[in-house]
Formats: sequence, structure tokens, C-alpha cells
Amino acid sequence: MRIVVPVKYVPDINAERKFVDCRVDRDPAVGTLNELDENALEAALRIVEALDEAEQETSEIVALTVAPPEGDVALRKAFQMGVDRGVRVSDDALAGSDYSGTTAALAAAVRRLETEGPVDLVITGMAALDGLGSVVPALLAATLGRPSVTFAKTVAVADGTLQATRETDEATESLTAPLPAVLSVADTANRPRFPNFKLIMAARSKEIEQWTAADLGLEPGAVGTAGARTETTLAAPRPEKPPVELVQDKGEGGKALAEYLIRHELV
Amino acid sequence: MTNRTVLVLLDPAGEVRPSVLELLTIGRTLGRVEAVTLEAPSVEALAQLGAYGVETVHQAELPADLRGDARHLSAVVAAVLTAAVRLTDADVVLAPSTFGAKEAVALAGHALGAGVIIDAAGVAEDDAGHVVGTKRVFAGSWDTVSRVTTDVAALTVRANAVVPQPAEAAVATEVEGFAVAVDAVLPAVTARTEKARDSDRPTLEEAAVVVAGGRGTEGDFGPVEAFADAVGGAVGATRDAVFEGWFDRYIGQTGVTIAPRLYVGAGVSGAPHHRGGMQASQVIVAVNNDPEAPIFEICDFAVVGDLSDVLGQAAEVIRAHKQQA
Repeated sequence: MRIVVPVKYVPDINAERKFVDCRVDRDPAVGTLNELDENALEAALRIVEALDEAEQETSEIVALTVAPPEGDVALRKAFQMGVDRGVRVSDDALAGSDYSGTTAALAAAVRRLETEGPVDLVITGMAALDGLGSVVPALLAATLGRPSVTFAKTVAVADGTLQATRETDEATESLTAPLPAVLSVADTANRPRFPNFKLIMAARSKEIEQWTAADLGLEPGAVGTAGARTETTLAAPRPEKPPVELVQDKGEGGKALAEYLIRHELV
Repeated sequence: MTNRTVLVLLDPAGEVRPSVLELLTIGRTLGRVEAVTLEAPSVEALAQLGAYGVETVHQAELPADLRGDARHLSAVVAAVLTAAVRLTDADVVLAPSTFGAKEAVALAGHALGAGVIIDAAGVAEDDAGHVVGTKRVFAGSWDTVSRVTTDVAALTVRANAVVPQPAEAAVATEVEGFAVAVDAVLPAVTARTEKARDSDRPTLEEAAVVVAGGRGTEGDFGPVEAFADAVGGAVGATRDAVFEGWFDRYIGQTGVTIAPRLYVGAGVSGAPHHRGGMQASQVIVAVNNDPEAPIFEICDFAVVGDLSDVLGQAAEVIRAHKQQA
């Protein structure tokens, strides 16, 4: 079983996040692994751990990121959880990629990994916490020509078939797909493990493979700013709110709340 | 450039939900609005489409094996949108920001080579005639403006972007079928159960007023629900409260993201996850017995007190006010 887990280097949601020149600020002081990717890594680890010993021996989990060198932080975290390999695709030509450029780079990296042997599963988190678009998994599946099972809440792999359940806005669904497939897991799918000391130590010295756009045969015009079909022309912080009107309830708090809502024509 | 054709996704087609009425309202500012469905629209839906200026509904005719549960797969909806754009030579695709529609719009954009904007909070055009989407990002703390640089633009729009407005004059609406081939590799849908909608309350995604309960409810959502009914709002929860099994739907960056006119948080501390799903709300109000609750930092108005006492009293005053009015 070979599994590729695309992970994203994003600003920590607990830090002050900002844009610089209309792009998400990738300041390494606040950069981290997208928390939702931990669910994807956990799902991959559990799938391999459920295999028999002989199959585990030949299994491999590859964490893959498209990021500047600072993105190694995300891959180190993936190593700490227990993945076997880390690959970073870095290239100035990839800066400014939109959904299509990001997907093209990830798909090309998966195809390159396929030249070494089949990739049975690509597993992602349900979204990246910076953009929250949550469309790249489906785009990746379409580009790779594989079935897409997204937002999975439960996951099982047996006899070359992926089984999953999910809850969409409208329905609860059970889906099956033959491998190879693309899977995204919801944050309710599992509780990601805490790295143990041995893995934390080992993660420090793990080698991160580095590929360029040219290594992946990506046309410079198809990715990055050059290939983008949208252009962000303005990014501005919202004006600060005036300080909160805070009322201590001494028996009239509910009345004060009602009067505030009525005064502002909110009810 | 108002001679654009704007396609609005209507799925399901039994009713025209408020989020779709918003899309039709936005669409009319960009050009001529037409609807795309995967099933026959109901009589009520057709009447509403007519009131909103839709003359043509394009109803997809899917291959027989995709007419059941599989028709809800985003790759199938994407194939329908793609074929409809090619059929009508449309310039803009608009869909609500549900997880499924987001995927479908992105996939259709991919197939068409169109620029894609997901979760727009507003749609307009710039001086050069490009379609422009504004977004509220980083838990509502930043605004971005992006323009689509391709001929075709595909966008999903969050609820509460505009107030729905019918067209100046209603039109007669006709349904035209069109054949759709689906060549995507699909998973099999082995079971599907649609969620029952609470018909007495607005849906969380679309409500103008949302009341949310958190850990501070200690599992009793009674006061939250009673207050929501007094103000005509939807009810939601924090992720913690859902994990505890106290409620079924949570507001947050990985749950439902909302931007209502009024958000009321009851016993909600204001953790980053929850804020990511509600901070774009226009007015934020909270009730919490912890004077240090982080949610107070982003509130317009807040009461430090017992949520059951405060919400109960507030509901009573509001009900009395409504009876007078």
C-alpha cells in the first residue's frame, strides 16, 4: 500500500494572520502544518497499521507539500506522526498559484511518485485553514482520473476497495470506490495521535526530498501567477470594532439585551 | 457588460431556497439569468424563478445509471454545469457555498478553463468588465478582492451576501431539457439518507439570525432554542457541544460557516475554531457567565450572567415587543 498525503504549510490560526502584497503571509514565525492535515496523516497511518505484517513492510506513506523552504515545518510534523518520506515541491514559478496551479503541481508530484510504483491512495484533510476552499481534493481526483471520496467520517480499505461514510449538508452517504482513489477526511474522522519521543527525535534528521517545477515537467505558464485564472487585487484588514458594550447581569441583563436588539432593529 | 448569460445552480429543484434567490438577485446585476437543474422544478419553484426574472431553466437529462443517488455526486453536478455553460455559451456560473456545490463549481471551472472563486461574500464587475468576487477571510478579519481573468467565471457565494429582490416584472419560465454525458470516474453511492429539515426554523446556513450554544449550556439547549424561536432565528452549536452530543450541527471553520445579520452566542467561549465560522457576522452578541470569555473581544454587545436567566428574560421582552408591533 502506497499512500500520498498532500499537506499544507499555513499560518497558525491562533497567531495574527495577514496578507502581504495580496498573498497570504508565510512568515515562518507563525507557519505550521495545517491542523486538518493531521486527520489525513492519522487516516493514512491507521490504514497501513491495519494491514498484515508483510504488507506493512512494503507500504509507504509519503507526505507531500508545495511550499517555499519554510514549509519543511509541515513535513517535520508529518515525520513526527510517523510518515516514511517527505517531499517538498518548491519553485518561484509556483508562487501565486490558484486552485488549478496548486492542483497541477500536486498531481504532477503524485505522477512522479508513480514512476517508482503505484500510488493506491491520495489522502487529504477536508480543507486548508488559510483559504478554506476545500476544493483541491476533488480537483486532484479529476486531474489524476481517479474517483473522489471527500469529507469522509469513517474510512475502511479492504480488498482493493475504499469504503467511506460522510455527512454532507443534505444527507448521510455511504460510498465505495476501487483503488486507486483520492480521499479527503473530515475533522471528525479520527483523533490524530501525539508524536512519541522516538519519532520526534528521528524526524529531526529525516531527509526531505526537493523537487522543482521542471523536475515535474510543469509548464511555467500553467502554474503560479502566470497560470492563474484569478488575480487578487486587494487585501485589507477589516476595521477594528468599537469596544464591546458589556453589561453585568444584576437581574436586568436579559432586558438590556432585548432592548439592544430592539433599538438596533435586529428582531 | 450586461449582455452576459449567468447560470445559477438550482439543486435540488423542489424549492428555491433563500440562498438561490440571492444568487438570482446578484445574477441580474451581471446579465441575463438562467437556471440549471438536475430534476424537474416544482410548480412553486417555477413561479419563484419567474418572479426573479428567469425565463429559461435548463434541466439536465442524465444517463440512466446516474439518475439515482449518484446524481448528487459533485462530479456529476460539475458535468451538468459544464455542459450547460457550453450549451448556452454562458459567461458566469453561480452556486451556493455548500461543500458539494463548491466542489462542483471548482470541477466545472477546471473543465472549462474558467477562473474560480469559492465562498464569495459579494460579486460585482470592475471597470474593465471582469467579474470580481470579494471574500471575507481569516475568520472575518480581512477582506480580499479577486478578479477573474478568464472569459468564463465560476463562483460560489455565501448566504447573506445580498437581500433577495424579485425582478421588476415577472416573466414566464420555460424548462428545456439538455443531454449530459458524464465521463468522470465516480465512486458508487451504496446508501444515502437525506436529512430532515426543521421546517419551523430557518436553516443555519441561510438564517438572518443565528443563536449558538456552547459548553456553557452544560448540555441544556432549551433556553437557546426558546430564545431562537422568540427572535425567529436558527440554532447552532460549537464543535465541543456537538462532540458532547448536545446538538447536531456546529458552527466553525470546518463546520457551517455563517455570516448572519445577528449572531447570539450563549455559553460560547469563542475558541478560534468557532470564530472562524461566525466572525463575519454583522452584529455579534454574547451571554456568558465568565467575564474573561474571549468571545467578548469580538462582540458588539454582551451580558455577563447566567444564560438561562438572561435569555429567558430577553425572550419575554422581545415577545411582548413583537405583540405590540
